[in-house]
This record gives sequence, structure tokens and C-alpha cells, in this order.
Amino acid sequence: MPLQVKRLLLVFAVFIGIMLGLKYFLTPDSWREYGPYRGNALKEIVNQVPKFVQMEDCAACHDSIAEIKSQGEHNPLQCEICHGPGYRHIDDETVKMEIPKGNAVCMRCHTKNAASPSGIIKQIDAVEHSEGEDCINCHNPHQPWL
Amino acid sequence: MAIDKENFSRREFLKHAGSFAGGVVFVSLINPFKFVFATKEPKGTGKWYGVAIDIEKCIGCGSCARACKVENDVINEPFFFRNWVEQYTITNDEQILVSSPNGGIDGFKQPVPEEEIYKTFFVPKMCNHCAKSPCTQVCPVGASFESPEGLALVDITYCIGCGYCVQACPYGCRYIDPTKGTVDKCTLCYHRLQQGLDPACMMACPTGARIYGDLNDKESALYAFIKEHNCAVLKPQLNTSSKLYYNDLSQEVH
Amino acid sequence: MDKIQSLYEALAKVEGFIYPNEIALNWDMLIVMYPYVTGLVAGAFILASLNRVFDIKALRPTYEISLLTALSFMLIATMPLISHLGQPMRFYEMLITPHLTSAMAIFGFVYLWYLMVVLLLEIWFDYRYDMVIWSREKTGIMRHVYRALTLWVSDTTPKSRKTDEKIGYFITVVGIPSAFLLHGYVGFIFGSIKANPWWSTVMMPVIFLFSAMVSGIALVMFIYMVVTWLRKQKIEMIVLDSIAKYLFYILIIDFSLESLDQVHRIYVADESFDILKILVHGKLFFSFFIMQIGIGTIIPLLTLGFLQFKKPNDKIRKAIYLILSICVLTGIFFMRWNVVIGGQLFSKSFYGFTSYKVSLIGSTDVLLSLVWFIVPFFILAFLLWLLPPWKKAPAPH
Repeated sequence: MPLQVKRLLLVFAVFIGIMLGLKYFLTPDSWREYGPYRGNALKEIVNQVPKFVQMEDCAACHDSIAEIKSQGEHNPLQCEICHGPGYRHIDDETVKMEIPKGNAVCMRCHTKNAASPSGIIKQIDAVEHSEGEDCINCHNPHQPWL
Repeated sequence: MAIDKENFSRREFLKHAGSFAGGVVFVSLINPFKFVFATKEPKGTGKWYGVAIDIEKCIGCGSCARACKVENDVINEPFFFRNWVEQYTITNDEQILVSSPNGGIDGFKQPVPEEEIYKTFFVPKMCNHCAKSPCTQVCPVGASFESPEGLALVDITYCIGCGYCVQACPYGCRYIDPTKGTVDKCTLCYHRLQQGLDPACMMACPTGARIYGDLNDKESALYAFIKEHNCAVLKPQLNTSSKLYYNDLSQEVH
Repeated sequence: MDKIQSLYEALAKVEGFIYPNEIALNWDMLIVMYPYVTGLVAGAFILASLNRVFDIKALRPTYEISLLTALSFMLIATMPLISHLGQPMRFYEMLITPHLTSAMAIFGFVYLWYLMVVLLLEIWFDYRYDMVIWSREKTGIMRHVYRALTLWVSDTTPKSRKTDEKIGYFITVVGIPSAFLLHGYVGFIFGSIKANPWWSTVMMPVIFLFSAMVSGIALVMFIYMVVTWLRKQKIEMIVLDSIAKYLFYILIIDFSLESLDQVHRIYVADESFDILKILVHGKLFFSFFIMQIGIGTIIPLLTLGFLQFKKPNDKIRKAIYLILSICVLTGIFFMRWNVVIGGQLFSKSFYGFTSYKVSLIGSTDVLLSLVWFIVPFFILAFLLWLLPPWKKAPAPH
């Protein structure tokens, strides 16, 4: 074999050796645990803290409100749809939940829109219905027809 | 090769034809017709998540999109969403108007007066968690992958931020988070699922328009829903085997 | 953040409906640069190979120039890609844990094969004898540089030169399909995205390949003229005429393929046709009809076609060739632009458009793209100084 070819092969062998070494040292630990990805990634994603708790957790303390709510049309709704996520409040009650002010929160669902299928919930034109008066003057959000 | 017509008797022809036909039957016996599957050839018996959305029940309140942004710390700008709601309006003169202002979080305004509307409806969108997902296929480093539960997830400590998956997703469900330089997408709240909680969007929906469940479990509510309703997936022509089923999906929806 | 600020501006310019996540163009100017630069590499190399394999005497003075041009662009070919990443420091993962179903994952290997095995080897065998001679002539540090470049092999026997010649020829033959692979592969990265109807066509790799050859040939023509002029030598018209002839032929093929693609698109008119028609006649009108087709294709085609029959005097011809090479290079740049940027301007919902603004100030992608286009010329100047083709010993016979 000519000398120059021998030298070149040597260079290539060194290069491939370095690449294989890098591959060996840089491949993450849990690679291919389940497939061609880092198995540990699944565990890391699961470690994320849930922010929305469950209705039962709210009812554990706020039993009287839960009782009222359970008898009204808003019964199936999660408390946190209107009051925001409860993960901090549940550990530390000085962190307050949101108390919605004004009509905006009600109108998220109850605004009249032709795209909204009929018969699912009651929808109104705010001006026509109450001339901008606050919803809670007539309706209790925990039991709308109280 | 020319056939010697003189010496090619009928008897011989039948013999050849017979053996040929026999061969075909034999081959088809040892190699029977393989079925084509509606989504993907099933593998394993563990959980295999799918989602169904009942358009007949969606009131467009945007609670799902809002809850998702809060639960998953999605950047609070009007252009990054893991899920969102679109409003379709088809006018009497056949114009198709679509809108999704801030993903539906701030509510919708009907763009045309009611008497000009032919039909109108809301379509909530989210990751389709396709069984043959084009996005995980193209990830060059394996940072986007399909979990054993059939969810397309992202390993943000490994993602290089090339954006190839964003290009490959036909549904626009991925985006590059400019604060992290990595891709972000719906996980069907994998962290909540694994802790026995409902995904945030499912929990927040006030009308029960969203259902999720295990497609391998023939008793599940999801399985029953898909069976009882005439469900369709988005862009079926792309053969992504989407696992996001819509009841009452209009063909104008892309 | 600037980036978010520019997205708010883009949000105000949305036409029709787009999916909310589609406002940002994830592949910006840098990704336009990437196929452009790899195309120049493949094209310049193919010109060199044609020259060697078919032993075209008229092109001989451009052989080393094409190879060194290809090398200087190849050395930075990955840089637009890497500098565009959201996490540039993680690029090594593509080589360490390539995800084999991804068209992009293989790029690292295609690149290494082409750079290390084809381009460097071909240049090395071509220059080995001369580098040995130069290492003997020079003193001081350059002596050691040349010796290191020869890998400390100082064999100058006719037999060793014959070996160089034979292996070099073999590498050239392997190199042609490799160059085809390199750029056809870049086309495949786009062509395999079924979600995007503007990209998803089997023609994409072939079109990319031929447009690469067109741009590479034009670049070599340009560089040959500039380098010869800088050296105050006489530009050989026979060289220019024959490069122009090949440019003409390849341009015809390229134009036919692109027309076929568009004709097919228009005739088949599938579900994406309506939005693409609005795109091409609207947001892409300037870059598609004027730059890519007009300046980049029709004008060069007509002029080159005319020159095949009638040859004006040398001075005019030189000026024509210089202008044409710039026209073609610009046209191919806009072809990449139309593919990469055009493919992201329309929504995958087919109901609307987002926008892309180029500004020299404040957008890093444009500045970086310029840098990655200019740097190769400096590398080329350095290579021409280190390995001057005009000081090579004549080939043995």
C-alpha cells in the first residue's frame, strides 16, 4: 500500500476513534430506555407541579359553599374555573383565591353568540338583559336561581 | 422466448394454467391478506390516550385555553398556545370567516350580523397526539418523542430548537418558546395524568365538550363516544392517524 | 424582548386566519442561506468533477478554483444551521444521538462524508506533490505548515504521483454521486414535509440539485473572472465560453424541471392550490416572478442562448458573463427564499397569511446570513494564497 494512503487511513482511524469516544461519553444515561429518546424525560415531565386542585379539596374546607353549589345549575363546574388555580391556597390560606369582580367572568360563558349551540347553557345579551347591572345583584353565582 | 405453437397442446396449456393457479392459491394461503388499520396496528395493552371533542357542546368560553396557559406556564402572549378555540362562520354568500382572537381566551365577537350567517360554530384545537405523528418522526435528536401512552412529548433539556417539528406538524400545535429556545406543545397534562388528575383543559370545560380516555379500554367513555357519534379527524388525507376525534366536524375546518 | 415585540408587529399584519402559533416564521433568513450555500458547494464541485472525469481541456484552469471554492463554502455550510438553532450549544446531539427517522439527522453524516472523504481527499491528492515541493522551497513556519499538510509524507517519485492521480480520479467519480446526494438530500428535508403543500413534492430534491449546479457554475465563473483580474492575468475567453455553455445547458434543465413542477401544481390544482395562487401572485410576486424567474432565469437563458449563435467581441462578452453570473446567483438565492420563506407565509389552515420583515438593523438573522455569505470569500482568499493553483507543477504524463 502506498505510504500516503497508509497515513490517510491512520488519520481517518484517529478521527473515527474520537467520534466513537465522544458518542460513548456524551450519550445520555437513560437513552433508549423506552425508545430513541431519554427515558428520564418522562420522569422530569411528571415532576411538574399540578396547579389546579380538585373540587373535593375545595369542599373539604368550604363545605357550606359546596353544599349550596351542589344544588344549583353550576353544580358540575370546577371551583377553579372562576376562582383560578388553588395549589398555593391549599397549602397556605393567606394566599387568596381570585374573587371575580364585575360581569366579565359570567359573560365568558353567557354571552350570546350565534356560534354557541342552543340549549347547552343560557346566553344573554348583557345590555338587553340587565342594562349593564352587575349579575350578582340578582344571581348568586354558586346557585344562579337562588 | 417464443412459444412453439405447433407442439403446445390444449392439454399442456391446462396443465400449466392449473399449476399456476394452484401456486397463486398456495401463496395466498401462506401469506393471507393483511388488514389495513383505521389508525395504527395496535401494540401493547397499556394505556393509549385519545381525545374526543363534541363540537355540539362547545360554547366558545375559552376556559380550556385559559386553564392550559395557567397550568403549563405557557407564555402569556396572544401567539403561543398549547390549545385554543377557533370560531368558524360561513356566510350566506359562502364566505368562510375564521377567527381566534387570543386563542379564544378573551371571548369572541360574531363578525357578521346574524341574518347573513349560513352556519357558525366553535372548534377547540389542541395537539392531535397522532399515532403516526409527523412531528416526532422528524426530530433529529429524539427530543420529541412518543411516550408509551401514545402522547407526543418534548424533552426540553434535549431539544436543540431547530423548528423542524414545527414545520412538520400539519395542525400548528407546536411553537418555539422564545424565552427557552426550545419547542413547546400540549402534553395532555402528562404530569396530571400520571398523578391521577384530569388534564387542565378537560377539568375546566364547563359543558363537558371534551372527553379523554384510554383507547385500549373498550369500556371507556371515550371509546363509547367515538362509537356512538359520527366522529372525524382533522386532515385525514395526511394519514397522521390523529387521535383527536371531533363529533359533528364540518368539512370547512382545516 | 425584541423578538416578542416583532411578533406583535407581525400579529397586526396577519391577513385572514392563521393558526395562533403560526405568527412566527421559525425558519428565517439563515435557513434560506443554508440550502443556498450547500448548493454553491455541490455546484462548484460538480463543475470540477465534470472537468476531470470527462477531461474537458477548456475548463482545466478552473479545476482547482472550483474545488477550493467548494471547500471554502463547505467549511461554513453548517454555520447558518447551527446559528439559527434555539439552543446552538446542543448541536452536537445530532451527531451523538441521531434520530434515524428524521431527514435532518443524517445531515451531519452526509456533511462529514462529503467534506472529509470527498472534498478534502480530492484536494489533498491533487496538491500532495506540490505541497511536498513547496515545503522544500519554503523556510521557517510555512515549511512546517506544508509538511504537516502533507502528513509528513515526502514521496515525490513518479510512481507516487501516479497513485495520487489514480486515487484522485476514483474519488472524483465517487464524488459526483456524493454531491448529488448532498444537495438532493437538502431538497428532501423540505420535500418530505407532507404538512406543507408548497414544499411537499418529489421534485424538490431534483430541483434543488439542478439549481445548485446552476448557482455553483455561476459562482465559479464569477470567481474565475475576479481572481484572474486581481492577479492581472488575461482572462481566457475559451474558458468563460465553455463554462457559459454548461451554465446554459444546466439552466435549461433546471428551468424545465421547475416549470414542470409549477405546471403540475397548476393543472392538478389540489386543495392547497387556491391559497398558493394568492401567495405567488401576492406576497411572493417580486421574489418569484421578477427575481427568480425574470432576472435569475429568463434573462440569463435568452442571453446565453443568443451567445451560442452570435459572439460579440471579448470585452462585451466578459461584461455580459460577469453580469449574468451575478444575475444567476441572485436568482438562485431568491429561489431558496421562495421555498423557505414562501412555505411559511401561508397558514396550514389555508385561510390566511402571516408576514416576514427583512431589516438590516435589529434582526440578527439577516446580519448573520450576510456574515456566513462573506466569510467563505475570505477563506477562499486564504486557500488561494496557501494552495495557489497557478504555482502547481504541471501534471505528469
